[in-house]
Amino acid sequence: MGEWTLSVSAHSIRVPEVTVDGDTLVFTITSQKLNNDVGVCVCRTFEDFEWLQQSLFDQEDVPGLQGIIFPPLPGKPLPSSQPQAQAKALKQLGCLALSDDWKSYCKALEIYLQQVASHSTLSKNKALEGLLTNSEPPGKQRVHKGIFSRLSQAMGELRKENHKDLDDFFQDERNNNLNMTNFTKAASEKSFEVALTEQRLAVACGHLSTSLHLCASQDGPDSANFSKICMKFSEVIDAVKRNVEKVSENNVSTLGLGLEMDYRGHEAKKDMLFRRTCKLVEMEAAVKNAERAKPNKKAIMEEVKKVIEKDFEKISSVAKEEIGRFSEARVSLLRAALIDWCEKQLQTAREDHEIFSKQLEACEQLKCE
Amino acid sequence: MEANTERSSPPFPDPMDREMNSDKLEEESDDEGEDIFTGNTKSTSDTSVNDVPADIFTEEGSGITPQSTRVQQDTNGVRSDDEQDLFAEATVELSIDKNTTRERKEMSRPSPSVQDVPYKSTMASKSLEEWEEEESRDKFELNIAVTNPEKVGDGMNAYMAYKVSTQTTLPMFKNSTFSVKRRFSDFLGLYEKLLVKHAHHGYIVPPPPEKSVVGMTKVKVGKEDHSSAEFVERRRAALERYLKRVVAHQSLLQDPDVREFLEKDELPRAVSTQALSGAGFLKMINKASDAVSKMTIKMNESDNWFEEKFQEVENEEQQLRKLHAVVDALVTHRKDLCFNTAVFAKSMAMLGTSEDNTALSRALSQLAEVEDKMEQLHQEQACSDFFLFAELLADYIRLLGAVRNSFDQRMKTWQKWQDAQNTLQKKREVEAKLLWANKPDKLQQAKDEITEWEAKVTQYERDFERICTTVRQEVLRFEKEKARDFKIYIVKYLEALLLSQQRLIKYWEAFLPEAKAIV
Repeated sequence: MGEWTLSVSAHSIRVPEVTVDGDTLVFTITSQKLNNDVGVCVCRTFEDFEWLQQSLFDQEDVPGLQGIIFPPLPGKPLPSSQPQAQAKALKQLGCLALSDDWKSYCKALEIYLQQVASHSTLSKNKALEGLLTNSEPPGKQRVHKGIFSRLSQAMGELRKENHKDLDDFFQDERNNNLNMTNFTKAASEKSFEVALTEQRLAVACGHLSTSLHLCASQDGPDSANFSKICMKFSEVIDAVKRNVEKVSENNVSTLGLGLEMDYRGHEAKKDMLFRRTCKLVEMEAAVKNAERAKPNKKAIMEEVKKVIEKDFEKISSVAKEEIGRFSEARVSLLRAALIDWCEKQLQTAREDHEIFSKQLEACEQLKCE
Repeated sequence: MEANTERSSPPFPDPMDREMNSDKLEEESDDEGEDIFTGNTKSTSDTSVNDVPADIFTEEGSGITPQSTRVQQDTNGVRSDDEQDLFAEATVELSIDKNTTRERKEMSRPSPSVQDVPYKSTMASKSLEEWEEEESRDKFELNIAVTNPEKVGDGMNAYMAYKVSTQTTLPMFKNSTFSVKRRFSDFLGLYEKLLVKHAHHGYIVPPPPEKSVVGMTKVKVGKEDHSSAEFVERRRAALERYLKRVVAHQSLLQDPDVREFLEKDELPRAVSTQALSGAGFLKMINKASDAVSKMTIKMNESDNWFEEKFQEVENEEQQLRKLHAVVDALVTHRKDLCFNTAVFAKSMAMLGTSEDNTALSRALSQLAEVEDKMEQLHQEQACSDFFLFAELLADYIRLLGAVRNSFDQRMKTWQKWQDAQNTLQKKREVEAKLLWANKPDKLQQAKDEITEWEAKVTQYERDFERICTTVRQEVLRFEKEKARDFKIYIVKYLEALLLSQQRLIKYWEAFLPEAKAIV
């Protein structure tokens, strides 16, 4: 540990684009050096991000590490065009998979990196620096899953989730978190359903527009007027289709993204609280063991108990800080998402109002002898 | 009920409708050439109008039955003795249409001895020009509305009664504003009467909305839910469109059955419609027309217009059916979007209430409200998409069936003429044989028969020419109306779209400060 800090500014981190290389997505990450304005640009795959996340989990010399709410990494992107793989990707990634050219997914990665880089403890990890600035990718280092992996625990572990807490503050937080996780998950899923329906609606509009076009081109010379009307209507429906697509894109890239990130954030908090609860259980067991220890083992047990107690206190204090930080951070995130959503939709509504106005004028002028 | 609240506004909408119905011209004298739809509109029109009411009232008093060939409806102005005689001779015609008599007088030609009748298209185009001129003058007003659906009775004998209101300046009606109550079978009865009287002239008789056992059963049973309210509203709108089309047709408007339908307080219950619903009837016609077209496929068309047009009509029906299917899919997706948006709004509301941060909580709750309002907007759009366009397409698919029918009537008329010519030929052969065999008593009978059939051939030939003109004019009128109807629809659709965009903009503008207020 030293006074080592990240050499780039957290706010400057961007994931501006992604290229598809066969079955893999290659992300471009740009950032700016703190001391000068030199830009840094690297290319990374999803595995590199996973390596970073694991490296953060594996830090051994950070006290109270388990009390940290780790910024959530989005699920693995599956660029394959096969329908089964696509369905799986949609289910896993939700709104992130829906936007054009993986834009929302890139944004989610960007948010992740910014969150890690802004975190007072995590930003000090050299793995982050390596990921952001090294010309070489971190390499295919084996990632071993410690107890920090996702909360898909065995049944025995899950029991601990309901273990009563010593501290009211934490008990409240755990209860609240359970609700929020459920609600944000539901909201994210429903917004995803809306986006899917909007896509289907846009496709149906496309069909209608094409059918009208066909109608127009097949009519005889006597029905010139009717043909003109069909053509015009075809144009109108095409404009409607583009409006639906834009509205949907706006939804997905702002609100949908925000809700998904919020949900993942609550999940990460849930993971942290669970880790603390596990420690609590461990501590209570150690206390019992120390009390019941035979005199020859008592001293050792007391030592063990003290270590665990100290650990637990550190974790709890870090957790408290983290909870406060998280609360602020997520409000900030949602605020940005809501403003972005509103502004984009407002702009789209105004633009399309113009377009529809012009269409109406043109239609009214259609001659119908 | 939804339907009622929507119709609380005065039942006479759109100046557009007035334009469509504007070609209500009065009956007129017979000096004109080929005008079938409109009367002569020289300055004499005013005076003739004054002559009319007396005639109408006396006729109505005499009781109108299709069987009577002596009943003269729509006496318009001058009637010459010739017309009376011709009319008396009509053995086949059930129709008592004034136009029939006039046309017979006008289209006098020497009896043909050849099979082919060179059809003079110049005649048709001249009349078309005149017809278009007529349309633009003398706009009499006639507005119709179908409103206030009311359930009458209980259980399976219940039915919906609709209020049919008319507002008119046409003198052939007793009053200028009046309304009556009619039920669905009354409309079907009207269609049946009009079909029987006018279809064989080649007129396109607008078909009424289709019967729906499922829809009506729900209403009868008293299921007060959204779908039965929707059904009643759809039917009401369809009946209104049907009546508007009927009165937009010059010749049909003159039919006293139409007037009676609009004016008379109590109509005798139309019983035969129970078997012959609109759809069933059209199916019968379609089957018959298929048989006819197979029969007369060797008709020597000297005028390609009819063949080409018929093909166009068939193509168009296919296209409209496809369109209808696509629009149906579109409507389903809109409804899905409605539903999903509502579900999403609820989930946001729940999130909002659980939120600790007050400003965020407020913003999320307002977001839920915005989404809810958008759901209403989507609902209205779905209605607008469906009620207007899909119904319009369905109307025109049925109308195209009626158009095909008028083409088939023309075929039948041609066939009748051909058959008469064959019979005449045979009679002549018989006469020749008798002359040779020298049997004077039978000879006279043969000569009489020849005279009889010569007259028939002449008459049927005139019928055929008349129906050719009628069909041409009908088709052109139909296409004009179709273009007009579709244009009106598109304009309405865009207006609704613009309105919903404006509302959206308001919602977003209201939401933005809430979002910015979050700390």
